[in-house]
Amino acid sequence: MSQDGVEVAGIPRVLSPSRLRPPANPIGDRIVLGAFSAAAWLVLLLVVALFISLTIAAWPAIKTIGLAAFRSTVWDPTSGKFGLLAFIYGTVVTSAIALLLAGPIGIGAALLLAEVAPRRLALPVAMLIELLAAVPSVVFGIWGLFVLAPVMRNIVEPALAHALGFLPLFQGYFYGVGMLTAGILLAIMILPTVSAISRDIFEAVPRDQREAMLALGATKWEMLTRAVIPYARSGIIGALVLALGRAIGEAMAVTMVIGNKPAISLSLFAPAYTLASVLANEFTEATGQQYLSVLIGIGSMLFVISMIVNVLARVLVRGASGPSRKRA
Amino acid sequence: MNRQRLIILGAALGALFGAAAIAAADMQITGAGSSFDNPFFQRAFYEYSRSVSGVQVNYQSIGSGGGIQQFTAKTVDFGASDVPLQPAEMKAAQASGGDVVQFPVTLGGVAVAYNVPNVNTGVKLSPDVLAGIMLGDITNWNDAQIARLNPGVPFPNLPIVVVHRADGSGTTYIFTDYLTKVSAQWKTKVGNAKVVNWPAASSVGAKGNEGVAGQIRNTPGAIGYVELAYVLQNQISYAQLRNASGQFVAPTLQTVRNAAAKKPNVNPKDFSIVNMPGAGSYPICGYSWVMLWKNQPDQSKGKSLVGLFRWLVTDGQTFAVRVNYVSLPSNVQAQAAKALASIRT
Repeated sequence: MSQDGVEVAGIPRVLSPSRLRPPANPIGDRIVLGAFSAAAWLVLLLVVALFISLTIAAWPAIKTIGLAAFRSTVWDPTSGKFGLLAFIYGTVVTSAIALLLAGPIGIGAALLLAEVAPRRLALPVAMLIELLAAVPSVVFGIWGLFVLAPVMRNIVEPALAHALGFLPLFQGYFYGVGMLTAGILLAIMILPTVSAISRDIFEAVPRDQREAMLALGATKWEMLTRAVIPYARSGIIGALVLALGRAIGEAMAVTMVIGNKPAISLSLFAPAYTLASVLANEFTEATGQQYLSVLIGIGSMLFVISMIVNVLARVLVRGASGPSRKRA
Repeated sequence: MNRQRLIILGAALGALFGAAAIAAADMQITGAGSSFDNPFFQRAFYEYSRSVSGVQVNYQSIGSGGGIQQFTAKTVDFGASDVPLQPAEMKAAQASGGDVVQFPVTLGGVAVAYNVPNVNTGVKLSPDVLAGIMLGDITNWNDAQIARLNPGVPFPNLPIVVVHRADGSGTTYIFTDYLTKVSAQWKTKVGNAKVVNWPAASSVGAKGNEGVAGQIRNTPGAIGYVELAYVLQNQISYAQLRNASGQFVAPTLQTVRNAAAKKPNVNPKDFSIVNMPGAGSYPICGYSWVMLWKNQPDQSKGKSLVGLFRWLVTDGQTFAVRVNYVSLPSNVQAQAAKALASIRT
């Protein structure tokens, strides 16, 4: 709605100039309109075609294994056992760790950059954080394997076991690679998504909200916690969901630091496996129709999950930055 | 001035098209498959087009499974795989393009690498002990069975961590081929494939040879397997294995070639060369294969293909050694040349 015109409190909405002016070149306009909508439909068609071809290729596995795949943890292509439970567990745990770590840090950084830090400092720092998003994931993976994993093994995991070892989460052998390492690496990778979107959302909070709060005698802290954050809440959740989508789908970097073991273990130090990484590892050498079809089935599962997550996130983000202006 | 420019432009265009025409006259061959073969192929194909014939080879290292698919779908002229076509794959290929000729092009050894503080390279392992470690029955380096094979070596009290390839790989195929041959328990419990269900409780999967080697280096107590070329080029400790003749043998280009030479009549149906007899035979090795259509659809391309691979399995083998791959023994070179002679162009 807001794209139709600028709305100022108390003044009725004006129609945008393009609606008022008669089209200068009706034929040209029509051609351009046709070309653009064809492009838009083509993209949609590609997505649908992709989904259909994935489903067809995965159909033999869906038909023969079906829901039984979600009840078994045994992954043994040699003897035709395709249980997905361990992969799902690994995906959920690593994404949750990533979100738990990147969420508060990303939102905190966004708050600092949008509200507290002087602009001279905020811009370069924001650029640096967003630069993280441009690093290819295989680079994160190599760094994770050769730098992060030894640090985890020699310093972080022993320290955690010492401090919190009474919890089953922090017991067991220190491999260096495993769910915790993968979660931390993912957190670093999704940090720019969380902070960049949250920052945009904080900046979309109307000025009068803050000024009203300050006028009531609130401190800066009270202004942030009572006016800015509640206003931006659904947008921040959207940012987190979008970041979650990236964490679930990440294959290459996770593969290098998770230990690739299809087993369910309570300990976060233990090696595990994710849906995306088994696909990355086994697809190139997979032979036999059943095996290939199971892997493509995993691919279509990831496709559907990321689609749902993305739609959900967009709805939440739009909800935060769209109607907010209307209410002002 | 303008005319002069036109002439220059015309000459430049002429030169460009002329060059394109010459390039088009060169034969273009495409292949896809095994990533194990890739370093050897890149080097050898480059030398071939530079110094033997103008044939340009474009090899895509997409993995053996992908190579078989692309070959069967006829999108490439040849496929390369670490394992010859299995019966089902052969049937699909025959349905698509008739009979297939397969022959070995290079030879690889698999080394058992480890990281045990204060223990040097060359620890001796028997087939039983190696299988016991991989099965997860032997879980500590101070196990008496390991000590018995290595008198005087100060093994620490350190849990064993098995490191294996997580990605589907011909290296895993050869390694599990060996374990299947030497351990009945491995054969029934795990089996032989490019991806298996690793039974050891304390095990970690890593991606690629460099991933396995990196993980071993990072983890005191780790043991795993990598391609021979990898241990020869990197600082990493590796084991001597007791072979079928009871000798402890370290993996080298020579000991792998010794093992391969013991089986001159290797063919796509009987291709395993693990656990070969002979005092100097290293027990874990295997061939990598190339597949071609027996009836070549395009005569001139068929001739180029046969010429290329006849060179690759004979003179081209010197380039295998230069990238630390094992060259084919001469009896196997003759075998491969014979297979190539059966191709009709």
